[in-house]
Amino acid sequence: MTTSNKTQALPPRAGLGLKPQHYEAILSGEPDVGFFEIHAENYMGAGGPPHRYLEAIAARHPLSLHGVGLSIGADRPLDKAHLARLRRLVDLYRPASFSEHLAWSTHDTGFLNDLLPLPYTPETLARVAAHVDETQQALGRRMLLENPSTYVLFAESTIDEIDFLDAVADRTGCGLLLDVNNVMVSAVNHRLDPFAYVDRFPVARVGEIHLAGYDETTDEAGDRLLIDAHGTPVKTDVIELYRHALSRTGPVATLIEWDNDVPDFPTLKAEADRADGLIAAEAARRGAARARAA
Amino acid sequence: MGAATLDLFAAALIDAEMPLPAGITTARGGADAARFAVYRNNVHVGLTNALSQRFPVTERLVGVEFFRGMARVYVQDRKPASPLMFEYGEDFPDFVAGFGPAKGLAYLADVARIEAAWSRAYHAADAAALEVADLAVLAPERLAETRLRRHPAAAVLTSEHPAGSIWAAHQTEPVATVAARRPETVLVARPDATVNVHVLPETDAAFAAALIAGATLGEAAEAALADSPDFDFGAALVGLVTLGAFAAT
Repeated sequence: MTTSNKTQALPPRAGLGLKPQHYEAILSGEPDVGFFEIHAENYMGAGGPPHRYLEAIAARHPLSLHGVGLSIGADRPLDKAHLARLRRLVDLYRPASFSEHLAWSTHDTGFLNDLLPLPYTPETLARVAAHVDETQQALGRRMLLENPSTYVLFAESTIDEIDFLDAVADRTGCGLLLDVNNVMVSAVNHRLDPFAYVDRFPVARVGEIHLAGYDETTDEAGDRLLIDAHGTPVKTDVIELYRHALSRTGPVATLIEWDNDVPDFPTLKAEADRADGLIAAEAARRGAARARAA
Repeated sequence: MGAATLDLFAAALIDAEMPLPAGITTARGGADAARFAVYRNNVHVGLTNALSQRFPVTERLVGVEFFRGMARVYVQDRKPASPLMFEYGEDFPDFVAGFGPAKGLAYLADVARIEAAWSRAYHAADAAALEVADLAVLAPERLAETRLRRHPAAAVLTSEHPAGSIWAAHQTEPVATVAARRPETVLVARPDATVNVHVLPETDAAFAAALIAGATLGEAAEAALADSPDFDFGAALVGLVTLGAFAAT
């Protein structure tokens, strides 16, 4: 299924994750934020304050719906009840974007509450593509699929991660969400060049970028091990990688993810302002290049 | 092969005693326990944090370290049934009630029950609350057989301990004093935007519990009178309605 998302795209601005502790600051301060992104699962209750605030905030800002629990990469059918809950949110709030992860999180024992890695094989490719297709059918719209951060590799993998994502997009018409922090985390963890990863990424499919802070430790071999932690400002090397990514994608909606040890709203807004500055600089650079060419 | 791989991965993830799953590797080749430990830790910390967010007073009562230890045992055997993390821990209060090391705090499970009800009320369906003026239209001769509809966010909890007062005392810093050691009945309600926890007058406890359970006004009044002879029907009914216990018809 291929659906045009021209009217549904997020603006090429920096956005912020919506946190309950900031509801009042956002409504009273009317900050200039490009968009707000929510974790869909936090708004799957029947009613109450979450929906009231979201309704008010979505009336003022573009909204991005970001799922963390669909388990698209799992080796079992998608949860139809969960798809229906997502559809309800899409119908209620008409988000400009819906995205989910190339990962799994549900197994026999229940929901594991983490974005877990999968091997990249022709079999898993077929399954993920079928799940993305089913999701897009159920929601009646195109989705973005996000590249993961990973700490291990699978011996059985035969397909490169970028080729895998590109093939899913090719088969389903979905777009891609380029998480630049995940690129840094996975590249360092697997001894790859993060800039080379971004250079190979199919940027024409990118509908959104994610930025976040990582934590750092070492593995048993003493190698650097980066952890996708979402609890600090974006690190300098990720900003540099983001600048490089922007030079390829052009100005594109960029989310600051700060989900743990959430700071006060002005601190979060400052992170968005920094990304907005980089997006504007890229727009200016492209404008100047066009002027020179004309 | 993908299916078996994820089965092994999930099994090793939830049981730290199990060896690393076959088939995982690193750029250097070979499995690395520190790397797999990141996933084990993510699952454990994520679920523990979800409990700590839903049961903050329970955590304050026992301290962070004790709470983490108690949550570790719960999390090990009970994974969430769905990705709706605000629903995780529905039976955590029952678990707390049976948790040996917490036996000295007899009221702990009932405080946790209030916190579980609080988040259910927070996410419950919205509905207009029945107002006192609505009672006026009830025909007096039909009053005894009238059933009021529980508001979707309302719940009544009875405790042999002052669980409501203990919960309320821990909403402030420093913790307020809880005067009396006595049983309490608590109404958790959210008639509009704010979840409220009310300790009900002792004489109204049986009445409130019966009405919320679906009894008629007559049945509930009988239960209340059997329980406390100085029960005041009008005051009790107006009180519950004012607090948002019932939905408008």
